[in-house]
Order: sequence, then C-alpha cells, then structure tokens
Amino acid sequence: MEPFTTLTGVAAPLLRPNIDTDLIIPKQFLKTLVRSGLGRNLFHEIRYDAAGAELSDFVLNREPYRRASILLAGPNFGCGSSREHAPWALKDFGIRAILAPSFADIFYTNCFANGLLPVQLPMEAIEALAAAAGPLTVDLAAQEVRSGGLCYAFEIEPARKAVLLEGLDEIKRTEANLADITRYEAHRRSEAPWLEIRNH
Amino acid sequence: MSPRTLYDKIWDEHMVAVRSDGSSLLYIDRHLVHEVTSPQAFEGLREAGRPLRRPNAILSVADHNVPTIDREKGIADETCRLQVEALEANVKAYGVPYLPLLDDRQGIVHVVGPEQGFTLPGTTIVCGDSHTSTHGAFGALAFGIGTSEVEHVMATQTLPQRKSKNLRVRFEGALPPGLGAKDLALALIGRIGTAGGTGHVMEFTGAAVRALSMEGRMTLCNMSIEGGARSGLVAPDETTFAYLQGRAMAPQDALWDQALAHWRTLVSDEDAAFETDVVLDVSALAPQVTWGTSPQWVTDIAGRVPDPERVASEDDRQAMRRALDYMDLKPGTPIADIPLQAVFIGSCTNGRIEDLREAAAVARGRKVAAGLRALVVPGSGLVKRQAEAEGLDRIFLEAGFEWRQPGCSMCLGMNDDRLDEGVRCASTSNRNFEGRQGRGSRTHLVSPGMAAAAAVTGHFTDVRRLMGI
Ligand code: SF4
Repeated sequence: MEPFTTLTGVAAPLLRPNIDTDLIIPKQFLKTLVRSGLGRNLFHEIRYDAAGAELSDFVLNREPYRRASILLAGPNFGCGSSREHAPWALKDFGIRAILAPSFADIFYTNCFANGLLPVQLPMEAIEALAAAAGPLTVDLAAQEVRSGGLCYAFEIEPARKAVLLEGLDEIKRTEANLADITRYEAHRRSEAPWLEIRNH
Repeated sequence: MSPRTLYDKIWDEHMVAVRSDGSSLLYIDRHLVHEVTSPQAFEGLREAGRPLRRPNAILSVADHNVPTIDREKGIADETCRLQVEALEANVKAYGVPYLPLLDDRQGIVHVVGPEQGFTLPGTTIVCGDSHTSTHGAFGALAFGIGTSEVEHVMATQTLPQRKSKNLRVRFEGALPPGLGAKDLALALIGRIGTAGGTGHVMEFTGAAVRALSMEGRMTLCNMSIEGGARSGLVAPDETTFAYLQGRAMAPQDALWDQALAHWRTLVSDEDAAFETDVVLDVSALAPQVTWGTSPQWVTDIAGRVPDPERVASEDDRQAMRRALDYMDLKPGTPIADIPLQAVFIGSCTNGRIEDLREAAAVARGRKVAAGLRALVVPGSGLVKRQAEAEGLDRIFLEAGFEWRQPGCSMCLGMNDDRLDEGVRCASTSNRNFEGRQGRGSRTHLVSPGMAAAAAVTGHFTDVRRLMGI
C-alpha cells in the first residue's frame, strides 16, 4: 500500500453531521467486482441531479474543490453500512485525509486498510480550517494539521500510524503470528470441541 | 481474577496474541459471507496466492442482490447476476459452504446464521456487513467488518483489534402490550443518538430483555450499530438454549452438554465494571416512529414532528431543517396525520417469523389502504415456509399485501424492490438515511405491527388500537 506521510492540498468543507456511507456511495454502485473506478460516483445523490447533471451548489462540483484531497466533515462521519466502497470511492476521487470531530468505528478501520488518514479534531478546529479556506497540510509524522496561521495537533494510535507511514500490509503482519494462531486452534479444539463445524 | 463483563470474557477467550505495537490479535470462530462485500476479498487472496485458512468456518449466501419474485427464472439485472455468479464461482473455487438461491435455507445472512445454528454463544462472528451485530442476541461477539478485513479473516482466521469500552443498557420495567424489541431499540437510539455507542460494545440487560424471544433479542442487537456500537450483547439463557437445540449446525449429544456447561458461564460478573451505563424505563413507552433521516430522530405515535428552531445548537438546527425538507414534513404535524404510500415488512431487523405473525395479526380481515403498496418479504426461505404453514401468506394476500421470496429487498433496494422519488414508506428495516430505499424516497422506521397498522389505515396509527389493547 502507498505510504501516507505528509499531504498538502485543497480541503473541501462538507460539515453536516452523520454523513453515512449510503450517502458517500449509494447502493447502485456496490455491484462492482473491483475496488477502483468509484470516484465519479462519490456522493452521487447530492452531487448529481436525477438526469446525471452536476448540481452546482455541491462543494465538490465547485472550484477549487474539484481537486480536493482533504475533506472537512461533521461528527460521526462514515456511520451506517460497513461498505468499504466508501473509502474506495473517496480515494478514487483523490481524497487522502478526512478531518472530522468523530468517526464511526467500521469506517475508521476501513480507512487504514486503504491508506486514508482519518483525523479527529474538535468541531471548532474543523470550522476554523474551513473558514481559512487555504491549502491545508496534514503531517502524520508530526501529528499536526496546518493551514495559514492555524496549527492543530491530533491523536492517533501508534500501531495505526505505523501502518500508514510505512504502507504496511496487515495480512503480512499477521502472518508473523502464524505459529500463535496454529497453537490457539489446537488449544480450542481440545477445550471447546463443540465449535468444530460438521453439519454443512 | 477481577470481575469481568460478558464482553471481557469472550474477548479474553479469543485472544491469540498481543503484539508489540499494543494491538491484539483476536481469533474469529465464524464468518458469514455475502455477494456484495466479498468479491474484492476473494480477488485479493487470489492475487496474493494465499489459501483460505478455514473454509468450513464460513457460511455464504447471496441476499442483497437477489430478486424476490420469479426467482426460478434467474436474475434479470445483469450486474446483480454477475455479482451472485462471482460469489458462486468463488465459494466453489475455495470450497466454502454455500446456500444456493433456490435452497429453502437461503435468506438474509443474519437470519440464516442463527436459523442454522451457525451462530453460537461465546463465539466471535464477523461478516462484511454492519448488521452482524444481530448475532450478539446469542451472547456472541459479532461485528461488521470491511472487505479488507474479510480478506484478512479468510487468510488468517484472525483480526487485529482494539478493545472497546463496555456499555450497559438496562431497560427497566415491563414493556407494555403491543410494543416490541423494535420500540426498545428506537427509543434507546433516540436517547443516546447514533453516535452514542461509538467505541463501545453494548450489553442489554433488564427484565424487558429477559422477557424477549430470540427474535426480539435479534431485533434489538441488530440495531446496536444504529446506536454507534459495533456489537450488542444479550447474555445467553434458557431462551437461547431452547432456540438452538436441534438446529442443523448446533452441537449435539455429548458436545451439546459440554457446550451448555460453558454457555452458562457467559454472563457479566456481578461487580463487573462498565464504563458507561444507560438506564431506560420502558413501562410507559408508546410505539416509536422515526420522522427524520437518522434513526435517532424518533418520537412516538402520540408525538409531533419537532421544530428545528427550538433546538439549541446551530449545527443540529441545520441538520434537522435539511432532514425535514428531505422528508417533506412540517414542524408540529402530528405523527398520526402523516400519510403513507408504501409499507415494507422484512429485513434482518424484522423479517423473522415472529415479526410476520405480529404484522399478520393486524392485517387479518383488513385491507391495505387504497393507493398504498405493501410488501412482505420473509427473511429466509425457512421463515417463508413456516409462515405459509401457518397461513400467514393467505392473510397478507387477502389483505392486499405482496408476498415475496426472501432477501434484503427494499431495505436497501439493490434489487428491483425500490421506492420512487418522493414516496413515503413505513418500513420495518433499520435505516432511514437519505435515498436508502431509493433515490429521494422517504423512510419511517417502525415495528412490524406499526407497519401493518399503517398499511391498513394509510397513515400512522397506534397498533394497540387495532389490536383492541
Ligand atoms: S436486510 Fe438490510 S440491513 Fe439487513 S443485511 Fe440486508 S441490506 Fe443489510
């Protein structure tokens, strides 16, 4: 996976609370068999009208936000469905970092699997960054967000930070524990034999 | 050992390793797979040349994309068909157990797992689907995951996890007649909000929960994700064991006894610490109806659409105004005056036999209101068969409901069961998000009884009135 270190770019404000993954990528685009190509369908229902024409008042249809690589959002971003199509669509559009006061758990985890950085900042900070409207820098190593004269520190769990900074493959990491897994399975078979599935 | 919660116990039992970076590797006992969130995971395995570690720990089924009418003729929509075919090819290639489309056992993954006895107390269960929380009704730690995690489980039978906090919900008092688990769930989310459970595992306790059937407990745990918690839990008890005994994939004979002895230990210790406690008195609860585009925006049948201008925070005001605009509702409108054009009874929240019985009891001898379209979609083939054996299909058909084949259907409208723009629907599903049931569609979440009452009256009606309660 592509590492995430420092990102400078346009930050698009979409400050409503509880943006759910149905809104990020609606169901009709979940029929795909691949991870790519979903960027044009991102926020489909609020980005296009019923005939497929762009809605001019939607932020990602306006300059300079068409080129946004950062999203500023309200609390509980990514709630609802577990669909990883949401981070796939964001990434395919060009978004690499999302700044919000809080994230739903599954979406938060899904971001890291795709090299996207979810940054938790208080709503006042998000609003100040939106008002600043200039280019924004997200510095993962320093755990800082900077824009003009503004600078905010953010928290991130060290293990997750490492995954992004080094672009680690989680499955490969877990394969280092294969002996532990095999040992655990043997132990379970003797301690909880009813868990073995026979009647398929 | 210090006192532990049920969640702590299941967690401890599944710990494979604590890694140097502080994350834990958790063993996964059971994995449910459906057609929408698995193709890229299989593809990932294939590209990396990795084997699937335990094909037998998986149960797979197509549910989201499947037609609920004339299924015997195949799937007409090409993209839907391709996705189901991809699942069939993948499970075949990797030797994964699969319930085919025309099998009686096919259905919504969260209805099928418990029905087959695949879901067991004390297990860890995952699925690329947020409503995996449903299985927590059995005292299983069950949670939704993304497709990358699906691939991770397929490859390693584990997941790197961070421990959540413990949240205890205590429902005090007895639920009044005519109300059910859906009302409990909606009232709770109304109280704590859709982010209220974020970072927590919720354990449901109290007499009202103990009194619930397994179906009701599943409804409740199903909705924990709508309250922000990845998992909900109900400690297993005699109700749980009675439901499981004799199910196709449940343990039998000596293994059953051994399992039972263990399952009886699966309760939170008396002095176990919960980081968060929520107490809700349910003895005066009335049937719940959502009015907005988030499950937290809920009131009861006697309530009115609230006024955004009376809300303190500007952000909330704006969000509410937007929701009312989308829902085409005016502040102050009595909930009972809201007219409906559609009713959907089904989904992993309320598509089980008990839900259909509840709706049929209201529909019996009545007629669906003129101009209203009402759909009943059983959660599985077995639910459908059982309902037909009880004559529920006749009751629905005679009342003017459509009686369909099992699947997710209008809960999210990936198949042809969608609402048109502007159509207002009373739905027994779990999400009323913008566009959830079709672009521009308007969803109100209710219990099966309330949905049936809405169908036969054409507007929201207190189901207790129709039941003579
Ligand atoms: S019924 Fe609805 S919520 Fe349940 S799994 Fe299907 S789409 Fe998801």
